[in-house]
Amino acid sequence: MSSTRRGGPRSPLAPPASFLWTRRVVLTFLTVFALLPVYVMISSSLKPLQDVSGKFQWIPTDLTIRPYFDIWDTVPLARYFVNSLIVAGSATVLSVVIAVFSAYAVSRYRFRGKRVFTVTVLSTQMFPGILFLLPLFLIFVNIGNTTGIALYGSRGGLILTYLTFSLPFSIWMLIGYFDSIPRDLDEAAMVDGCGAFGALLRVVVPAATPGIVAVCVYAFMTAWGEVLFASVMTNDATRTLAVGLQGYATQNDVYWNQVMAASLVVSVPVVAGFLLLQRYLVAGLTAGAVK
Amino acid sequence: MTATVTTARTGRTEDGQGPDGGRTRRRLPRVPDRIRRGGLPYLLLLPAVVLELLVHLIPMVIGIVMSFRQLTQFYISNWGEAPWTGLENFRVAVDFDAPIGQALLHSFFVTCVFTVCSVALCWLFGVSAAILLQENFRGRGVLRAVFLVPYALPVYAAVITWAFMFQRDNGLINHVLYDQLGLSGPPAFWLIGDNSFYALIVVAVWKSWPFAFLIVMAGLQNIPRELYEAASIDGAGIWQQIRRITLPSLRPVNQVLVLVLFLWTFNDFNTPYVLFGKSAPEAADLISIHIYQSSFVTWNFGSGSAMSVLLLLFLLLVTAVYLLLTTRGRKGSDV
Amino acid sequence: MRRVRAAAAVTVLSALAAVTGCGGGSSSGGSNESPRTLTYWASNQGPSIEADKKILTPELKKFEKETGIKVKLEVVPWADLLNRILAATSSGQGPDVLNIGNTWSASLQATGALLPWDEKNFEAIGGRDRFVDSAVASAGASDQDPAAVPLYSLAYALYYNKKMFADAGISAPPATWDELVADGKKLSRDGTWALGAEGANLSNNIHQVFVLAKQHGADFFDASGKPTFTSDGAVAAVKQYVDFMAKDKIVAPGNAEYAQNQSLQDFSKGTTAMVLWQAAASTFASQGMKPDDWGVAPVPVPAGAPGADKSTNSMVAGINIAVFKNTKNVDGAKKFVKFMTSDKEQILLNKTFGAIPPVKAAQEDEAFSAPELKVLRDTLAASAAPLPQVASESQFETTVGTAVKELWADAAAGRQVTTESVRERLTKAQQQMQQ
Repeated sequence: MSSTRRGGPRSPLAPPASFLWTRRVVLTFLTVFALLPVYVMISSSLKPLQDVSGKFQWIPTDLTIRPYFDIWDTVPLARYFVNSLIVAGSATVLSVVIAVFSAYAVSRYRFRGKRVFTVTVLSTQMFPGILFLLPLFLIFVNIGNTTGIALYGSRGGLILTYLTFSLPFSIWMLIGYFDSIPRDLDEAAMVDGCGAFGALLRVVVPAATPGIVAVCVYAFMTAWGEVLFASVMTNDATRTLAVGLQGYATQNDVYWNQVMAASLVVSVPVVAGFLLLQRYLVAGLTAGAVK
Repeated sequence: MTATVTTARTGRTEDGQGPDGGRTRRRLPRVPDRIRRGGLPYLLLLPAVVLELLVHLIPMVIGIVMSFRQLTQFYISNWGEAPWTGLENFRVAVDFDAPIGQALLHSFFVTCVFTVCSVALCWLFGVSAAILLQENFRGRGVLRAVFLVPYALPVYAAVITWAFMFQRDNGLINHVLYDQLGLSGPPAFWLIGDNSFYALIVVAVWKSWPFAFLIVMAGLQNIPRELYEAASIDGAGIWQQIRRITLPSLRPVNQVLVLVLFLWTFNDFNTPYVLFGKSAPEAADLISIHIYQSSFVTWNFGSGSAMSVLLLLFLLLVTAVYLLLTTRGRKGSDV
Repeated sequence: MRRVRAAAAVTVLSALAAVTGCGGGSSSGGSNESPRTLTYWASNQGPSIEADKKILTPELKKFEKETGIKVKLEVVPWADLLNRILAATSSGQGPDVLNIGNTWSASLQATGALLPWDEKNFEAIGGRDRFVDSAVASAGASDQDPAAVPLYSLAYALYYNKKMFADAGISAPPATWDELVADGKKLSRDGTWALGAEGANLSNNIHQVFVLAKQHGADFFDASGKPTFTSDGAVAAVKQYVDFMAKDKIVAPGNAEYAQNQSLQDFSKGTTAMVLWQAAASTFASQGMKPDDWGVAPVPVPAGAPGADKSTNSMVAGINIAVFKNTKNVDGAKKFVKFMTSDKEQILLNKTFGAIPPVKAAQEDEAFSAPELKVLRDTLAASAAPLPQVASESQFETTVGTAVKELWADAAAGRQVTTESVRERLTKAQQQMQQ
């Protein structure tokens, strides 16, 4: 059923040369821009330490793969990686589920306090993050003291923190995506006998898959890359990668080549994940509606 | 359910929406009363509200309370005893004749310019890339992944890499500019002095534009293909289709995206901190670094909080105006 | 909705009351509720966190054997340490014993979260006399009991490249600044430079100008703790330091942006002949430099030999060990500090970490008589002074450190650095000091 397919512009003729050239030039520029630092990281990760911040050369003279072996001994990289994966993974799933519920409510219902909710949630993004640090820490410690739930130092506390960090933007972005899905779709589903949840799960979520995947990526990266809160709220056993990478810097020596090597190694699975998710990002379509 | 889709489409067309409308209407028909069922929306919001309260709102309220207190290191181990100072912290922050207020004002302007430039470029790059990758061609999948790479790399390592690249004597940038492109004169500094502003923008854009790309790419999927088909039957070329269909259709996504990028960039702390350390050059002295200095470095959390509250007020104002303008524009096109 | 709003308000306020009410821990002198365990945050002193764990664990086992107290160790990376301490201080949820950078001592002392080392507590670890005076002086404000006990100490020395000196026909390292500038002019030629600096590293800037100010008879704070950044001596000191690039041209302009120890790399590569550094041996080795390639001398002074006051030639660098006041094992914590500062552990740990023991008896060990460490040891004993022990020390490092950084930037860009421009920067720095 072609009328529900969505996709790029279609022209009866092949795109004009002006478009093709623009595309070539712009995409080449963006590729170079995106990858230049990656190239520098790769070449730095293959240099002996004394050459890392030395005079730049496109082709380094001395190459070594030792940093890729050393990274595992300098800091417990594998443990940090697992911690990050658990924390970012859980935070993403929870955050997106909660955001989908909230965004659905805001997008599909009229109720009092809607404006207050959306604006309040957004306003949390206007306060500098660093100032949340001590109060939040204090709250966690006090919750721990009164209820015995150890949030401080545990992965649980970090998951809770990160899922909330990504929540405001996730909600806002999902509202945007949900709004662009015709409302008649889920109303019809309800007429067909689905409840509100049924309409959400069977119609809205499938139709908004690209948006939800984009929000997943956002929530994951928020948790994956956060440094400040992780540095205070974790200990040796629960430390995440983003903070753990700084372990390659000691007071006098910084193992730059290992920092780069470790960053690249831990990014490979993330990029691979992006590649896997891609097809949902672009092929989300309105599959739910077509069936 | 196929039938319902068709109905939906028809409904939309009847509303006067078409490829030549210039604007795609996004506000949808009013919710019929039957959907408004008492507590359900509140139930859906509950988890988000609880979490926001715990992790964001209560700490924020504490932050606001802190701004009225003299919370220096003498009181930090017992917050309750920090003396109330009324508006003193605010007075210091906005006393533009004194160096602290002056520096804050300067940093505020730098941050505004930085944010506008950076958001504009992020948006431009993100939208261009997403639109140019909309149509299938060889290598499209690879490029999609490549463009997300800056987003996947750990911030710390990525920004440090840029710092290496921007080194005056040994960095890639000057190597290309002076050794390979043959610029004359003594090599420029990028990490100190006035050029540091440009260095900061380059790094910030590099780090954030993939996010814009991601969001726009997802947003493009919701544009019905038949709009394009209809347009091409009408003889609209690809540029016209982009201008008349793609960009207007992206409005709701753009509205949020630009806001998100704006707030993000305005408060960005990691990039300048890793690039310049505890004290940024004057030309790149972002307000987040300033607040960090006024709270964590001086251990005067009252003063840092007061600055944050001012920032909050400013951003609230900007956001309100922004939402008012963009939403009214959309409503206007509805009627 | 009104009801919802009211409920929300009540929740917020009660939570707020709970939070602010329970902020911080007890301010008593600690208790002995859990006498069998201790938590210890160690700073990262060795080549890596994992290496530090391997070094410290057997020692902690020894302590457990002696006292029956189990020590839970966490080596905290430098990037996190201060924030972790800050969070621990503000919440009362922290370790029993911890390492702190000695320049933080007075700031942390002001929070009242650390156990003061009065006469009685010092007796419990063998007495204050066991420690080098300058090291104890770097553990808190001079009019109060120290907030910590020195653990590892370091001082600055002049490291020089022997071959570059020989090539330039210089037979001995410079002992005064005039000699350094004269030698420097001989060394700065053909793409090589005499002296390295970390112009964008605020702490390093502070360490250097602090010593130069001492030599000019000036201090950055007066006796009551008020900033005196703009005194003639302080201005002259800052100008002297930046003039190495601006006027004397013995520092490469590129150094103005260095903040990641690039000057050590330049030194290792032989493009810079001298650096002022603390215990750089291990770094040189990891940069591929042989121990015979470089020599060590005391940091130059205006005239004569290094000594006290105007002949000071280093700040006291190092790590102190402190006890959190609200520990539940205060006796055990003191025992642990005693153990860590015992002669035997001091020799072993300082040797391993390449530092100098602040304990006099331990310094006598021959491990610290090697040429490099001897210079550092003698400096520490005779001619090093602690950085200002004031509560606003970190603010001082930021404001004055930034002023010096900006002056380096001026010099590197070829702008004039004059007494007036220096004074102007320092005036601004002083005005930015709050409190």
